[in-house]
Amino acid sequence: MNVAVAIETLQPESLPSASEAGPASKRVVVAYGFWIFLLSDIVMFSALFAAYAVLVRSTAGGPTGADLFNQASVAIQTACLLVSSFTCGMMSLAVDSRRRGATYAFAVLTFVLGAAFLAFELRDFSGMIASGATPQHSAFLSAYFTLVGCHGLHVTVGLVWLAVMMAQVAIMGFRATVERRLRCFALFWHALDIVWIWLFTVVFLMGVRP
Amino acid sequence: MRRGVLAVLLISAAVLGGCTEGVLNPKGPIAAAERQILFNALGIMLAIVIPTILATFGIAYWFRASNKRARYLPDFTYSGRLEILVWSIPAMTVFLVGGVAWVGAHDLEPSKPIVSADKPVNVQVVSLDWKWLFIYPEQGIASVNQLTIPVGTPVSFELTSSGAMNSFFVPQLGSQIYTMAGMATRLHLQADHRGAYRGLSSMFSGDGFADMRFAVHAVSEEEFAQWVEAARGAGPVLDAQTYADLARPSKAVASFTYRAVTPDLFDDIVNSVLVANASSPLVRSSSQELEK
Amino acid sequence: MNLLGKLSWSAIPFDQPIVMGASAFMALVVALVLGWITLKGYWRYLWDEWLTSVDHKRIGVMYCLLALVMMLRGFADAIMMRAQQAVAAGGAQGYLPPEHFDQIFTAHGAIMIFFMAMPFVIGLMNFVLPLQLGSRDVAFPTLNSVSFWLTAAGALLINISLVVGEFAKTGWWAYPPLSGLQLSPGVGVDYYLWAVQISGIGTLMTGINFVATILKMRAPGMGYMRMPVFCWTSLATSLLIVAVFPVLTATFGMLLLDRYLGFHFFTIEGHGNPMMYANLFWIWGHPEVYILILPAFGVFSEVVATFSGKPLFGYRSMVAATMAICVLSLLVWLHHFFTMGAGANVNGFFGVMTMIIAVPTGVKVFNWLFTMYGGRVRFTVPVLWTIGFMVTFVIGGMTGVLMAVPPADFQLHNSLFLVAHFHNVIIGGVVFGVMAAYNYWFPKAFGFKLDERWGSASFWCWLVGFYVAFMPLYVLGLMGMTRRMQHYDNPAWQPWLVVAAVGAVVILGGVVCQVVQLVVSIRRRDQYRDATGDPWHGRTLEWSTVSPPPAWNFAVLPQVADLDAWWGRKQAMRANQDQPARAREYRPIEMPKNSATGFVIAFFAVVTGFALIWHIWWMASLGLLGAFVTVLAFAFRAQEEVEIPAEQIARFARAHQAEVAA
Repeated sequence: MNVAVAIETLQPESLPSASEAGPASKRVVVAYGFWIFLLSDIVMFSALFAAYAVLVRSTAGGPTGADLFNQASVAIQTACLLVSSFTCGMMSLAVDSRRRGATYAFAVLTFVLGAAFLAFELRDFSGMIASGATPQHSAFLSAYFTLVGCHGLHVTVGLVWLAVMMAQVAIMGFRATVERRLRCFALFWHALDIVWIWLFTVVFLMGVRP
Repeated sequence: MRRGVLAVLLISAAVLGGCTEGVLNPKGPIAAAERQILFNALGIMLAIVIPTILATFGIAYWFRASNKRARYLPDFTYSGRLEILVWSIPAMTVFLVGGVAWVGAHDLEPSKPIVSADKPVNVQVVSLDWKWLFIYPEQGIASVNQLTIPVGTPVSFELTSSGAMNSFFVPQLGSQIYTMAGMATRLHLQADHRGAYRGLSSMFSGDGFADMRFAVHAVSEEEFAQWVEAARGAGPVLDAQTYADLARPSKAVASFTYRAVTPDLFDDIVNSVLVANASSPLVRSSSQELEK
Repeated sequence: MNLLGKLSWSAIPFDQPIVMGASAFMALVVALVLGWITLKGYWRYLWDEWLTSVDHKRIGVMYCLLALVMMLRGFADAIMMRAQQAVAAGGAQGYLPPEHFDQIFTAHGAIMIFFMAMPFVIGLMNFVLPLQLGSRDVAFPTLNSVSFWLTAAGALLINISLVVGEFAKTGWWAYPPLSGLQLSPGVGVDYYLWAVQISGIGTLMTGINFVATILKMRAPGMGYMRMPVFCWTSLATSLLIVAVFPVLTATFGMLLLDRYLGFHFFTIEGHGNPMMYANLFWIWGHPEVYILILPAFGVFSEVVATFSGKPLFGYRSMVAATMAICVLSLLVWLHHFFTMGAGANVNGFFGVMTMIIAVPTGVKVFNWLFTMYGGRVRFTVPVLWTIGFMVTFVIGGMTGVLMAVPPADFQLHNSLFLVAHFHNVIIGGVVFGVMAAYNYWFPKAFGFKLDERWGSASFWCWLVGFYVAFMPLYVLGLMGMTRRMQHYDNPAWQPWLVVAAVGAVVILGGVVCQVVQLVVSIRRRDQYRDATGDPWHGRTLEWSTVSPPPAWNFAVLPQVADLDAWWGRKQAMRANQDQPARAREYRPIEMPKNSATGFVIAFFAVVTGFALIWHIWWMASLGLLGAFVTVLAFAFRAQEEVEIPAEQIARFARAHQAEVAA
């Protein structure tokens, strides 16, 4: 008996709901999978946030957040990152309309803003370390450097990724794979913003509270 | 058959536990209450577990493919009434056992003092690599790997560790509790019968772990007083220096006593972490912040 | 600066005959296998068809193979421990010194959880999920290959630790401060942490991959409530992986920062907090138990329904119970340390939450019973494992709930009662489950059935051996014996430990029977050949295709109209037998191209991990760079897919039909 034939006899039109529509397109699947990755990444950050919350008062007689944080620098970093999210969004629009020049322009802007964010963050870090507030000094500083540093590491990875993507656009053009990857990059970059908002609130705003 | 094996094992466990030392042969109120809870919870669950196991064998055997007398019911896939039953039986069981758990957790909370007319004996416990130090602050003495307590009197323990985490455990007296560096945990136990009981660490703490045993001597009030007197008469003094010596890793240490103890040594141990290898300096750290 | 970091000849324990003997044996086996492959000229085939394969079925098989090999390693550790404790009574020290015994129980736990149970259930999901969902592959096939090879890389690192250096001596939880740099200055803890970090990334990627596959790749018509229960339990497991493995990564990351850079997360100095490690570890650790057991529940559901000739009883209840377990498992972690002194309300809450998980689990057991009720139960090997599971797991669940009562746990925590309990649920649940699955799906993977006689011999050895080995541990726990004792002074314990050692030997008999079963079945493969693709009268879509399935799984994507799609189709076909079959139209299929990316990345992961363990910084940088370049090469490759022409598919399908007809 011809089994597979029997299975095909059902007509797709008779399917009642979206959950029965069959496999999604690759574009959807890739973005969906990347969303799940971002969720898992946020879970990892939440573990670091939890560790920071537990250890924030464990300063071992050393400096507290209020002693260390440079609000002006943090404000500049926040501005850089938020504006870079905007330029990243503009880049996505340029990709959608296949405008190569605009894509490069907004990618460069995004890159510069991200690099500026990193530069200010590293300047803050080195200032703290120079003043003796090293991560080896207290549990609070360990947690602070790890949490903020992990976000910084993500931004660094994002910058490398962006550079690679521009090379891909240049070499491979706007083919479907490249377009999917650019979409994932945009999701990643916006997710870093979300994490930063939490960092800004939990670490820097609540940290300078007396 | 397997159920039979289990029953035999449980019975023999009870018998063996009865004639040797173990949690089924309690010698104090805490251990006795915990054994009762163990039995209650086990009883409630066996009432559902045994029928389930029997039903598994029965149904699988009766509905074997070769049994022509068994009815084939290929459409028996849902029954609202059975579903209610299926959810409510375990729910009822858990409701009962959960009640036992909740009440028991409150009644037998280790930090809760034992109600008694007698004033409790205070003992401060420090787990070291790999031995136990017992400080009697009121008597001003200390002992290593040997815990002597008066019968019928509650004992109030304060516990900490010099490094690795351990768990202070005397099975026949009841609850165990972790010892952790940089903080103190609380435990209350009482022995109702004279005798010698085994104590041990139940949290792995390194190479010498297997020898982290101590003897518990539950003695009469007079014998306890005599023991304290004898201990005061002999042995070294426990101060920061001798503590540092003691804290060096060593295995299977024979028990001995200290005739005197520096006051507040225990608090110093909790507050300042004495690093196991004596080459490292003491690192100050305050305990209040570590205890939530 | 030393070019080789901490590595020197003294890292190899030439003075320890047991270690060197085991290493020599392993080296011999590896050399024999590699020699045999070379002699037969199989390298080309192996590389093209397996090592670089992105086919979910091949990857699934490789996962299971890895798990079986690591089970032998973990089992050897178990036998050594049982032998040591059987002799080391009174003043005797046994044959294993503490520093060796401590490594063995740590390795046993780490290997059995991370490199036996995890690869086995992930391998099963890999093989079965796309077939049951009626799809051509998982959502991200190359990522799947990367995941597998990273897991294998972790397993390799753990085995290297046997020869070069040492393994952790902390127990597999690696609680600080014991696992901190001060109390564990050696490389053992680093081996453990890096091996798990590397394989953990693979596991996380697998979780993401499966969630996307299950939610986005189902065949047309397969709504959520038409998915086989195994797919539901796999979904729950994958969601749990995504939810908790990042926590493990972060926790181990913090411990690594403590150990490598002198941070103070879990140290006492600098005001770190070791209890935070216990919390974070078990926030991962308890869901991990359900990550392992849920797919096993799915296997039992499939096996019970298939071999009873009935649909699963109470499908909706089963789905609800699965998802309830998935959520509840995240709320119970504190029951691993009731004895930390958290207070009565906290202990009571987590105790009650733990018990509530027993409700959906109990529902599942009853539903399996009602599935058998009114069925025609065929006692094949998978069914034996299932019934063995139902009886054993109920006992293990009972002792688990017992220990969820905080006052009972104050007495039983860390005792051999606990050891007996979790082996009762992990062997009785997970191992029995994967064994049932192995016997159940083997014909699908290879086209011939496994030998029933050796299969049931293996089952009986395992079952009897399990009871003989672990019931004495319950007794010992009640007698006050704690776990991880290299020797003990209480002579009353020894008889029970001797019995337990005998039980371990009986289980060894079961393992031997399994090996024999495989060999015998391969030799008699023509006799056990199954041409139909549906040897058990199955109910789900994997049985509708050829065994072994072609790379594209289904010549034409199936249309699903019902739960138990394949069963329903068979019924419908029987009713319409007289009608002529419509000629069917084959279309070309795009399949992902094989890729060496996974293998190469894993190679660099091993290099990096090994370099980090031994503080060889230049080598670690090279390894990372290599992995990065590999990813770049993958990203820039010109062609990602190959198209399989319709003619080839048609030829294959016609050949299969002819075979079925014959």
